Amino acid sequence: MEIEAAKVIGAGLAVIGVIGSGIGIGNIFSSFIEAVGRNPAARAEVFTMTMLGFALVEAIALFALVIALVILFG
Amino acid sequence: MASDYSGHSEKHSPLEQFEIIPFAHTEIGGYDISFTNSSLAMVITVAIITLFLTLSVNTRSIIPSRMQLISELIYNFIAQLLSDTVGDQGRRYFPFVFTIFMFVLVGNMLGMIPYSFTFTSHIIVTFALATIVFIGVTILGFVKHKLHFFSFFYIPGLPWYVLPLLIPIEVISYLSRPISLSVRLFANMLAGHTLLKVFAGFVVSMPFFTGALPLTFIVALTGLEILIAFLQAYVFAILTCLYINDAIHLH
Repeated sequence: MEIEAAKVIGAGLAVIGVIGSGIGIGNIFSSFIEAVGRNPAARAEVFTMTMLGFALVEAIALFALVIALVILFG
Repeated sequence: MASDYSGHSEKHSPLEQFEIIPFAHTEIGGYDISFTNSSLAMVITVAIITLFLTLSVNTRSIIPSRMQLISELIYNFIAQLLSDTVGDQGRRYFPFVFTIFMFVLVGNMLGMIPYSFTFTSHIIVTFALATIVFIGVTILGFVKHKLHFFSFFYIPGLPWYVLPLLIPIEVISYLSRPISLSVRLFANMLAGHTLLKVFAGFVVSMPFFTGALPLTFIVALTGLEILIAFLQAYVFAILTCLYINDAIHLH
């Protein structure tokens, strides 16, 4: 196989890992909305934790993205 | 990896922005210690932080000026973070956490200025920061608890036969802390800036006015990137606080 083609396919395969992060972010925000719906007074407190969780989960997606970029351009 | 990229391909690579350009080549004992654009960005960052924090609280008025308000806000933010996670004992480590937070925050924000350089998008910079945190926290744990610190890896209340499995997992997860801490910040910055450049490439390559579509996307992405620049500095600071808490209280 051409090495260039293999690189592109490899990068495409590498970003499959983003799926998990997408599910995770969906879970975090659905839980956030549910929590605020149950107790709107706790919104500010829950929001900071949501943002922390969002940043941590999003970073996992970026690990996959960085691998893809390394394959493509590295 | 991004650092050893040399852009001699004909197309503009989105990774070209991460290239390190030495201003003057200097070498001492086989080590390359040239002053590069990365070092320049770090010097500018430190200069901005020092100037801002000294000048803004220079007047020390009871009714604060806008600048004084901002620096007090940041100070309170980190002090609150530290007292929430570590408690009263954490007050001693405030300067350390505050320094790390400001360095990462201003470094990330400086990278958002077009044509500037994001030094946090290099794994070696973030890894050095994370290693300082890791080694510092480990030394802190040993100083506080002596050899009792190793009980950090022991989980009480478990049947003895799972311990040979769990203790290595705990040790590995402890040792992987600097890696996850550094890769998180580095990957966020690298991916974000690369994404911006990739979409900027779409603007140029799309025919006529259809380039306005990715352009609007870039505007939204820039807003997201500024949020992430702050969020990652916050995450770095809060994880440093949690590690300090672990070292002081051992679970």
